[in-house]
Amino acid sequence: MAAKADEQAAERDDVDEIELGLLLEGVYRRYGFDFREYAPASLRRRVWRRAHAEGVSTISALQDRLLHDPACMERLLLDLSINVTAMFRDPTFYVAVREKVVPLLRTYPFTRIWVAGCSTGEEVYSLAILLLEEGVYERARIYATDINESVLDRARAGVFPLDKMREYTQNYIKAGGQRAFSEYYLAKYDGAQFQRSLVENVVFAQHNLVSDRSFNEFNVIVCRNVMIYFDRALQDRVHRLFYDSLAMFGVLALGAKESIRFSPFEDRYEDLDANERLYKKVS
Amino acid sequence: MYELICVGASWGGLDAVGRLLADLPIQVDQPVVVAQHRHSTSAPTGLADLLRLRVKRPVQDVEDKMPIERGHVYIAPPDYHLLVERGSFALSVDERVQYARPSIDVLFESASYAYGRGVIGIILTGANEDGAAGLAAVKRRGGVALVQDPHGAERRTMPDAAIAATAADAVLPLEEIGRFLYGLCLEREVS
Repeated sequence: MAAKADEQAAERDDVDEIELGLLLEGVYRRYGFDFREYAPASLRRRVWRRAHAEGVSTISALQDRLLHDPACMERLLLDLSINVTAMFRDPTFYVAVREKVVPLLRTYPFTRIWVAGCSTGEEVYSLAILLLEEGVYERARIYATDINESVLDRARAGVFPLDKMREYTQNYIKAGGQRAFSEYYLAKYDGAQFQRSLVENVVFAQHNLVSDRSFNEFNVIVCRNVMIYFDRALQDRVHRLFYDSLAMFGVLALGAKESIRFSPFEDRYEDLDANERLYKKVS
Repeated sequence: MYELICVGASWGGLDAVGRLLADLPIQVDQPVVVAQHRHSTSAPTGLADLLRLRVKRPVQDVEDKMPIERGHVYIAPPDYHLLVERGSFALSVDERVQYARPSIDVLFESASYAYGRGVIGIILTGANEDGAAGLAAVKRRGGVALVQDPHGAERRTMPDAAIAATAADAVLPLEEIGRFLYGLCLEREVS
């Protein structure tokens, strides 16, 4: 009996995998968004979460709805592109940026920074605050890109949940913040509206890491906890894109549990801060 | 043959996980993956360091796409979900599941999807219900479901919930789990 039950479960999993493959193919052909090389385990979770939210019980049923209802596609796109993040997430990373990246930026008359996969913008505002406090914001332009236009709208608006401010303030202090964090926002209703001046030098733009090309040359590229959703082959291609987009001695910043190791470009970088995943392009 | 041992623990788990791994006979060389709830701001490598003091096998904090190797112990990093693919790990920063990141359910469910009946899932002490659905998924796909005896657990909510969610293959006092795994893993290899 038990053997029979788990054979049925295995069969369901096989069907599930076929359905997921078909859905991704359909989404690509219908809307041009290519998720076929996303890491399967987390992708499957996210797609199932959408299926449950839509009240359907198979991935095929979700596919049916996706193909015929662009609004449903928009909802799935949100599920797949919102990376839950926090202002000054991993405060030690920001300390390292202050101590090791900012001194490099001071040597340039002008710097271009690309925050790739900026999602709702928490990291962009954090970075802007840091650059402002270090006195290099005036000479910098931040390009904040994401695959999803409506996520970018939220990033542009710069309103974050008020109930997060305690956590963010703690992070900010640990990240070496020099002022009172509350100077940067106004509390209204249940949102914290961040100062518009923080995004004066920020360009928000749609860009798809999977299919779009390099669009400038940068001194710093920040892409944290975005590529964890990609499979190995896609990660390698995005590493090529970043390598091609970085100026010599430019800095690549990855998430705390991501590494340049094992990527085809490992030898082209040296550690600027291995713990904080800051790498400098050297060849 | 079993391919992967997954362990989930919360309140009181640090001691329990240490004890379990210290007891585990070295002949059991299946990779062990641990999801232990921690505060999101806890020292990133603290748990691995503590376990290294008690455990002879290599203990590593998981990084994205790290290959899964026999004889190693892998720890879910704080503030990430840890997922298993066939042969390697993946991470996500998706929303907390039942207030937890890492979520034991996410680890167990992905492991059972990737390895089916090759998974042994173990739920230890904890003061919430994370892991119950994950252990049920392990069981449903033909894996083995083990639960620490709630009577001896520092907090019994988690083992109780796991027992309620699925027909566990064994409910064992912590100090017997290592020996049980030895029987399970080596017996199978002989036959």
